[in-house]
Amino acid sequence: MRRGGLLYIVILLVGIIFIGRLFYIQILDNQYQISPLNNASIKKVYDYPERGYVYDRNGKLLVANQQSYDLMVIPREVKPLDTIEFCNLLKIDKEFFLKQFEKAERYSTRLPSTFVSQVSKNDYAYLQEKLHKFKGFYIQKRSIREYPMKIASNVLGYISEVNQNQIEENSYYQQGELIGKNGIEKTYEDILRGIKGIKHIKKDKFNKEIGSYKNGVYDTLATPGKDLTLTLDAVLQEYGQQLMANKRGGIIAIEPSTGEILSLVTAPSYDPNMMVGRKRSKNSVLFFGDTVNKPMYDRSLQAEYPPGSPFKILTGLIGLQENVIDESTTFTCLHGYKYGRRGFMGCHAHASQVKLNFGIYTSCNAYFANTYRRVIEKFETPTEGMNTWNKHVKSFGLGEYFGNDVHGGRKGLVPDAAYYDKWYPAKNWTATYTLSNAIGQGEVLTTPIQLANMTAAIANRGYYYTPHIVKDIKGESIDKKFTVKNVTTIDKQHFDPIIQGLFDVFENKNGTAHRSRVEGIEICGKTGTAENFTKIDGKRTQLTDHSIFIAFAPKDNPKIAIAVFVENGYWGSRWAGPIATLMIEKYLKGETSRKYLEDRMFNGSLQEEYNKQLDSLYRAEGKK
Amino acid sequence: MGWINIYAASTSEEHTEVLDFGAVYGKQLIWIGLAIPLIIIVLFIETRFYERFASLFYIASILSLIGLFFFGKSINGAQSWYPIGSSTLQPSEFAKAFTALAVAKLLSDKVFTFRPLKNHVKAFFLIFLPAFLITLQPDPGSALVYFAFLFVFYREGLPPYYFVVGFLLILLFLSTLYFGSYASIPIMIFAVMGIFILILGYLSVYNRKTLKRSWLQFLIIFFIICGYIFSANFIFNTIFEDRHRDRFNIILGKTNDIQGVGYNTNQAIKTIASGGFTGKGYLEGDRTQGKFVPEQETDYIFSTVGEEWGFIGTTFVIIIFIAFMFRILHVAERQKSTFSRVYGYSIATIFFFHFFVNIGMVIGLVPTIGIPLPFFSYGGSSLWGFTLLLFIFIRLDANRSYEW
Repeated sequence: MRRGGLLYIVILLVGIIFIGRLFYIQILDNQYQISPLNNASIKKVYDYPERGYVYDRNGKLLVANQQSYDLMVIPREVKPLDTIEFCNLLKIDKEFFLKQFEKAERYSTRLPSTFVSQVSKNDYAYLQEKLHKFKGFYIQKRSIREYPMKIASNVLGYISEVNQNQIEENSYYQQGELIGKNGIEKTYEDILRGIKGIKHIKKDKFNKEIGSYKNGVYDTLATPGKDLTLTLDAVLQEYGQQLMANKRGGIIAIEPSTGEILSLVTAPSYDPNMMVGRKRSKNSVLFFGDTVNKPMYDRSLQAEYPPGSPFKILTGLIGLQENVIDESTTFTCLHGYKYGRRGFMGCHAHASQVKLNFGIYTSCNAYFANTYRRVIEKFETPTEGMNTWNKHVKSFGLGEYFGNDVHGGRKGLVPDAAYYDKWYPAKNWTATYTLSNAIGQGEVLTTPIQLANMTAAIANRGYYYTPHIVKDIKGESIDKKFTVKNVTTIDKQHFDPIIQGLFDVFENKNGTAHRSRVEGIEICGKTGTAENFTKIDGKRTQLTDHSIFIAFAPKDNPKIAIAVFVENGYWGSRWAGPIATLMIEKYLKGETSRKYLEDRMFNGSLQEEYNKQLDSLYRAEGKK
Repeated sequence: MGWINIYAASTSEEHTEVLDFGAVYGKQLIWIGLAIPLIIIVLFIETRFYERFASLFYIASILSLIGLFFFGKSINGAQSWYPIGSSTLQPSEFAKAFTALAVAKLLSDKVFTFRPLKNHVKAFFLIFLPAFLITLQPDPGSALVYFAFLFVFYREGLPPYYFVVGFLLILLFLSTLYFGSYASIPIMIFAVMGIFILILGYLSVYNRKTLKRSWLQFLIIFFIICGYIFSANFIFNTIFEDRHRDRFNIILGKTNDIQGVGYNTNQAIKTIASGGFTGKGYLEGDRTQGKFVPEQETDYIFSTVGEEWGFIGTTFVIIIFIAFMFRILHVAERQKSTFSRVYGYSIATIFFFHFFVNIGMVIGLVPTIGIPLPFFSYGGSSLWGFTLLLFIFIRLDANRSYEW
């Protein structure tokens, strides 16, 4: 009977269909092919290591961690409780209790949510004893940052929860984890953070844990974050911040022999403790929203100012290098410099026959305008001249990013021939068109840190190390690029006459900073007064000049190079000069002798000046 | 025959090892232990005894099924168990074996043929009586097994149009459901009408005689089908319970509620899929240990195989089952007595039905019907039931040389 065959065929057919279907779901279909570690039945539990501490160059603690205690609640597990006792323990009222409970219930009855965040240590101690009475509540410890010194918020940055973009960019992070958002917290995130440990826990269908997955072969231990030692000198930093009180601007001090940043002050600033834990969200709105004072804007790194007179040093150095001047070259200065048909660059009142040394310490505009012109005109075309000049200037680290480890930074601007070709499409520009560059006005823009670095290069007589903020990572060497010497295009012998001039800025009785001289320290420096403009109501309006000062000391074997910018500080020796010399004195001697000057800086305020700006701005707005 | 023994034993063992659930695991070992004396008893009893008392066994099992309504214990809403101490016994598992014996007895009757319609009724009554009783428990899944006997009847001479009609009815039923609402019924009817017109058209060209003779029959059949289409929806929406509807809808892809009614199937497929090609290794199935698949030690045991042994394991199990059923069919075909042959056929089809429905359900090809996978699923009654089924046959086969 062939009828028996039917069953064979049906069985075989079903078998083939089954195997086909299994082949599809077990091998082909990616919808179900999930990693065993990334599966609903496996929960990852993270073990967060402690974030690294941060110290200053002398071992003073700048950033530490503190425990914060959050009271969590799982609404479903809460049993009737003595609300009054509970509220008393936590120092909350009943309305707050009810409101929080309702909020937690709305979020989820099964999942924990924060009931009271950051319970104080004292309350925590009492609460812990009685917590067993309150089912469904538990304490979650979290580590948050603490800043014992309350300084250098711009350098240190802060940490906050990762945002969605960061989670998508970097698979390391999960929702709710913390990440460095600014300063070294950001640039050294990987080192400070350490690596979280992962435990794989098996769960059943009710999400209950039923033991470790494969006895933990996939689990990893947490690697603690490494401690950082910064190049900052906490004392100097603190002092600098005090000096800059009620002023806007920045101070950067660098150790020329290493490129280590000793202080990086921006003003106005804020107490780093304001950006910790619960306070952060409120304060960050406040700080980022302050468009007048911009406390989150690191002026020392990001503000691009015209460098003003300190730039004359470079003009002089380039002149010497290009052999268009020497120490005895004399230019005439009749209270200014006439060029072209109408051009005139004013100058201060001083003797008219100007040599290099004299030109520097009196900050003679005419001398350097002449020098600049000679440099550019030495070549057949202004293009060639301009580019040579550009090359020299850039070798001092200007006009480019440092690519260093402080977060943020600007390029500044050092124009070259192409830049002017764009400005003058006819390409008919000559040296005189760009003459303002000679004295650091014109198109040149620098950030304070670039200027400080330039000062360090001068102090070193021709080289610098890229300024950096981290001195030591526990057990790791710092980035090699910070130990590579960057050599300028100026030969060493040209520095001596220039430095002598800078020295005479203090020592000569006609020097522009003669009055800021410090007994016993051989300081070399240069004042600067930079014109600056803003647009008010569409009109280019000149504002009060910036007060600028650069200096290094001692003259031989310099230990500190410094640049100070004070916005709208009238002239160089009024604010920036004293601040720079006080900083140097403080750093080299550990104390300051000129208390009257110090007090004047501590208490001096430019707030009125800034208010004036605001007023004129508001008036202009009002007119509309 | 020996290899079947070994096979049965070894798979049973494998199954108990696969599961690592203290009590369940232990209990199953006891069941297996107790299955051995059962095997011995079964093998010792004279072949003739089975044949002679087949009717008696059948009546006894029917009585036990009826008895359930009075003494039965209700588990998961079905009153299908007799409580015995701390354990339970499910008579419907044994009824299968005894029904198989009764069917064999009936069909081996020398005067029995499928020619008179009266005999059709007799045979169908034999299988539908226990099916009906089991449905009342209610355990419609187990009752469906009795449809497997249709294959046996076919083998023994049941006209094939039962299959054709049955197949068509199921197809129509499913497609009516698939195309869903009442609104689509006219479309279905037009489609059927189209098919009929094609057939009539064919006949009018090539076979006018038949057309003339039976155009009325065609018309009647057409209306019956239309009525059936209407009633399919009616049956589905009113007679079926919610859960049955859900199960059909899942398979037809009409609902995709993986949190609710589709949870079992979805989790089972995920679990099997997570095994990949080689599986996670014995006792390493995290989803099994997380008990993500409900009923994973009974009806959904195959998902554990899939997770821990992977594609290799599942394919192996399927091939073994196919080989096992082929072997039974082969042995059945070589029987000299009709009784043994029919009985062999019966158990092959029962195994096949279980195999088809259970694995099909776990891998999401068949609507959820809760019946066990032979020798794999946990459950003493089903283990004993299948043991009984199998070893009676082995006993019958051992005797074939002395048969008349």
